[in-house]
Amino acid sequence: MTGRRAISWWLLLLVGLHALVLFAGFFAPYDPTEQDRRSPYLPPMRLHFVDNQGHFHARPFAFALKLREASFDQYEEDRTRALPLKFMVRGANYRWLGLLPSRLHLFGAESEKIYLLGSDAYGRDQLSRFVYGGRVSLFAGLLGAGVTVLLGLCVGAAAGYYGGWRDDLLMRLAELFLALPWLYLLFALRAFLPLAVSPLEAFLLIIAVLGAVGWARPARLVRGVVLSAKERDFVRAARGFGATDGYLLRRHILPATSSVLLTQAAILVPQFILAEMTLSFLGLGVPEPVPSWGNLLSSLQQYSVLVSYWWMYLPALIMLPFFLGYLGLASELQERTEAYKIGN
Amino acid sequence: MRYLLRRSAHAAVLLLGVSLLAFAFTVLAPGSYFDEMRLNPHIAPETIVVLRARYELDRPLPLRYVHWVSGLVHGDMGFSFAYNTPVLPLLLVRARNTLLLTFTAMLLAWAVALPLGIWSAEHLGHLPDHLLSWGTAALLVIPDLALALGFLIIAVKLGRLPEGGMVSLDFESLSFFGKARDLLLHMALPVAALVLSVLPLLVRHVRAAVAEILVAPFLLTAEGHGIPRRTLLYQYALPAAANPLISLVGFSIGTLLSGSLLIEVVMSWPGLGPFLLEAILARDIYVVIGGVLLSTFFLVGGNFLADLLLYWADPRIRKETSA
Repeated sequence: MTGRRAISWWLLLLVGLHALVLFAGFFAPYDPTEQDRRSPYLPPMRLHFVDNQGHFHARPFAFALKLREASFDQYEEDRTRALPLKFMVRGANYRWLGLLPSRLHLFGAESEKIYLLGSDAYGRDQLSRFVYGGRVSLFAGLLGAGVTVLLGLCVGAAAGYYGGWRDDLLMRLAELFLALPWLYLLFALRAFLPLAVSPLEAFLLIIAVLGAVGWARPARLVRGVVLSAKERDFVRAARGFGATDGYLLRRHILPATSSVLLTQAAILVPQFILAEMTLSFLGLGVPEPVPSWGNLLSSLQQYSVLVSYWWMYLPALIMLPFFLGYLGLASELQERTEAYKIGN
Repeated sequence: MRYLLRRSAHAAVLLLGVSLLAFAFTVLAPGSYFDEMRLNPHIAPETIVVLRARYELDRPLPLRYVHWVSGLVHGDMGFSFAYNTPVLPLLLVRARNTLLLTFTAMLLAWAVALPLGIWSAEHLGHLPDHLLSWGTAALLVIPDLALALGFLIIAVKLGRLPEGGMVSLDFESLSFFGKARDLLLHMALPVAALVLSVLPLLVRHVRAAVAEILVAPFLLTAEGHGIPRRTLLYQYALPAAANPLISLVGFSIGTLLSGSLLIEVVMSWPGLGPFLLEAILARDIYVVIGGVLLSTFFLVGGNFLADLLLYWADPRIRKETSA
């Protein structure tokens, strides 16, 4: 499995994972903000195939949970109430891609709610929150990387193509941004933006901050490519025929930067997902009740949660395939553009 | 010598630039520490005006910057509104704790990464190399945040290690060795998380650098002379591969500082991380600027040390500058 094949496998994995998040309404069994105050911190329900009598069922089922005797937060399975897992059930309202209204969900249970990842302090389904939270985190990462790469392209192309004092100025500025530890930079930028904002504003803010933090590295790489590309013979020939700057850049020079940009994007996306998570985890990012992968984990900052409700950590494990996908893609892309190494 | 002068001039310009940048962001900042006071009916609007004037928040920005920088030269980083004392002493205590963490982590990480990387390069393309590649890939995939939280949960479950903080409550009453033991126990988790977060990067670079050198003719010759394998790897190959690795030392400091920020918050280590977070939420701007500047100072200082090391280790650089 080499080269092109490997890249398409990684892409396939990523597309699948993103579809899961993009169609969150369908894959999540419940509304992520729907509370059930009577069942806070439910542990994850286990799926069974064999019932009390020892009969095997092809349709998996879970048992409803009940409070253990003389306890206020310890649950155990109520063996008398089985909740068969149903597929393609009707449930909470949502819209496909925010447009088409629907009530269809991939799975659910009929009589009671089924919590495969447990519930949080307000009795909200963690699985639904994870799937919906992925929307915020993944798209903050993707859009942030998009903005960053675009910014890097503009700055790098300007610096490399025009050269002279513009090049010096832009590259010194880039060095400045590269010199700061990135999380400190992220903090500093966030510090000077409004704190109490609506979820959408927070989302856009995060993307802007990410773009502002990350542009320097792609800009330097693009500059290098542009510098070598503009001295190629066919570019000089085109210039000799009277081609304008705009035409040269668009037609001959910028296409040469595409592989560098793609590789950079694949490296940046997981980093930015992580950055969004960090901000939201610390309460500087997307606020509740909108779920994001960061604020999903932030309850673990409380000691009591850490001690008693370990399943609040599960989302951190389930998000690993996403990072794996991007890492695999980035390393394959990097192998193809070996000449441009990471690091300064 | 010119090389070193050039590097230090570069560092100074960088620091000045960062200070300017950090200060410039305050223009964008909506609201200030004193805005919250407006909501308090017991504080007269005139008082706020006086307070703002005392801390020069009402003066134009360039003036404030010049004033701040001239104070900086005298070791005055401004005033913390929330703590009502100068920023610098506050920052220094936290910075000491952060440095304790990052410095230990860096030493440990390199101590582990060098043998692992060399071992991997020695067996390039064979089982040990593959095992290590998989290991580093797995570590790369796990986000720092998940790693730190996971460690914390394990610590809580095992109940052997302290789950946060820097010292125990009875720290003052302990003997010297008791204190050292207590501190080390508290450091174990954050340091382990930090080491694991930079380890894959370091191992991969060491492997690449050493593997590149191992095929060099001079090593083949040395091997032909019957020089033992260990000497060959550590005394011949490693110094030859050192140049890119020393530059990586500087780079790894930045990664560690950023990683430490988050891990400190998660593990409630009283370093710059939690302090800065608190300052951001309270809009205590001089603390934020000071913290960012201090971290850049560490990074620049680390890079400068790396440059010194490079100057000492690589004769080519000495040659180039004396010519």
